[in-house]
Amino acid sequence: CEAGSLAQVRHVVLVLSGKGGVGKSTITTELALALRHAGKKVGILDVDLCGPSIPRMLSVGRPEVHQCDSGWVPVYTDAQKSLALMSIGFLMEDPDEAVVWRGPKKTALIGQFVSDVAWGELDVLLVDTPPGTSDEHLAVLENLKKHKVDGAVLVTTPQAVSTGDVRREITFCKKTGVRILGIVENMSGFVCPHCSECSNIFSKGGGEELAKLTGSVFLGSVPLDPLLSASIEEGKDFAQSFPDSSTFSAISTISQTLLNSLQTD
Amino acid sequence: SEEVPYCPGTSSEEAGKSASCQGCPNQQLCASGATKAPDPAIAEIGEKLSVVKHKILVLSGKGGVGKSTFSAHLAHALASDGTKEVALLDVDICGPSIPRIMGLEGEQVHQSGSGWSPVYVEDNLAVMSIGFLLGSPDDAVIWRGPKKNGMIKQFLRDVDWGQLDYLVIDTPPGTSDEHLSIVQYLSSTNVDGAVIITTPQEVSLQDVRKEIRFCQKVKLPIIGVVENMSGFVCPKCKNTSQIFPPSSGGAEKMCADLNLPLLGQVPLDPRIGRSCDEGKSFLQEVPDSPAAEVYRRIVQSEFISISHITFLS
Repeated sequence: CEAGSLAQVRHVVLVLSGKGGVGKSTITTELALALRHAGKKVGILDVDLCGPSIPRMLSVGRPEVHQCDSGWVPVYTDAQKSLALMSIGFLMEDPDEAVVWRGPKKTALIGQFVSDVAWGELDVLLVDTPPGTSDEHLAVLENLKKHKVDGAVLVTTPQAVSTGDVRREITFCKKTGVRILGIVENMSGFVCPHCSECSNIFSKGGGEELAKLTGSVFLGSVPLDPLLSASIEEGKDFAQSFPDSSTFSAISTISQTLLNSLQTD
Repeated sequence: SEEVPYCPGTSSEEAGKSASCQGCPNQQLCASGATKAPDPAIAEIGEKLSVVKHKILVLSGKGGVGKSTFSAHLAHALASDGTKEVALLDVDICGPSIPRIMGLEGEQVHQSGSGWSPVYVEDNLAVMSIGFLLGSPDDAVIWRGPKKNGMIKQFLRDVDWGQLDYLVIDTPPGTSDEHLSIVQYLSSTNVDGAVIITTPQEVSLQDVRKEIRFCQKVKLPIIGVVENMSGFVCPKCKNTSQIFPPSSGGAEKMCADLNLPLLGQVPLDPRIGRSCDEGKSFLQEVPDSPAAEVYRRIVQSEFISISHITFLS
């Protein structure tokens, strides 16, 4: 197995939002798939202890995880080992069992996760987080301090109720010295598959306004697309299934912009 | 039997000693017995909230399914009966949405001899949230568990609610400090139960099942489940799209499997989000929307009499 933990990981990107349910895990998964589609070696660290969604989104089921001399061996989604994943979901015997832990225990486990996974060589490690600005987020940062954190991508939906929370997350980044790589607006309009009418189900424009307000880069918008929701639901690779869709084009553009900003560092 | 990862609670007999305590930085402290003295606040809260007839928690394992939207509109619906005193408590410390949704952004709370005064939306509808304690919309509450727990204790013990018919408590997603604290601090009171919110897709349900397990573990009765974002009817062509597909049967199947009441299925309506952003009640703004109709039915049916409560055995 691979040596070291984060030593051979070129870039570490946190995916954050103050708000729940905006699509952090979806965007993390899609960015990972897009980056892989573009030939990069990618890893995902899922530190959402209460609601680990990534294993389902990548169809990895409930594999057994084991340790080698350098730490936990991540789960690979394919034989070529192009996409690696470590999630708390893998440590739970019963997928319906709740992880009912208070802060200190969450902090301790995240510490292990961050330091003790044998990622090997990766171009990008994406870290999916739960919503908020609490124990998990502080734990991730404290443990990543020894390595480089390139920065964070913030996910929001267009609504004020969402951007209102993401503003606070931006403050969290500023206070903890995390560079804001940019803002992604998810659920950005719904195009009716029957008549092509666009409905702004979760309002409009909030992502760009937030970027302007806080002096951040606006990375782009991803629409509400039932084909994307279905892919995520079924753990299918949207990049492979619908590479010509405008949704994938949007995700691909975002991933390219992200990659460019990481590589010019 | 398989060890379940569960913090037994700092004041439990198992504190520091249970197998789940291995690896927790507080293990020694708990095992020493220092944390075991019962928190006097629990009895104080029991006393204080004895004049609250009904307490309803709104929970979900999953974020962004509409807990705050539901809590706010439940409070509005209950308060539409002018003879009832209603209060809405927001214990989402990191992401307090309730002030905006209730049209109370920028309001501040003040203290008096009898405690903190909540903010009133109507004469009979009071609201409390950490949002009212923050100076600016950019202020982040970067608190670890123990500090969040302290805030929740204060909200329950020190807010001058007065006599209430209904106290609705909105929570953040998950099964962590906030949820354990709310249940522990309310343990000397009677809580009617929890309404669980979900959306149709399995990605949500898989988290919601955990929340249901949590309720079971802490013996919190479940009043029922509400499925939000249940289909979208295009305003132009009137065709329905399942934007969040119920690929594993949605809340309907989950409720059937777990023997829980499905209180209602609320469709997606862009006007709901808009009302929330503008701090208005969509029950008042768009009373003839199908979503508003479902909400009214939910509140009027099993709910308002709270005489029909399901226990998970």
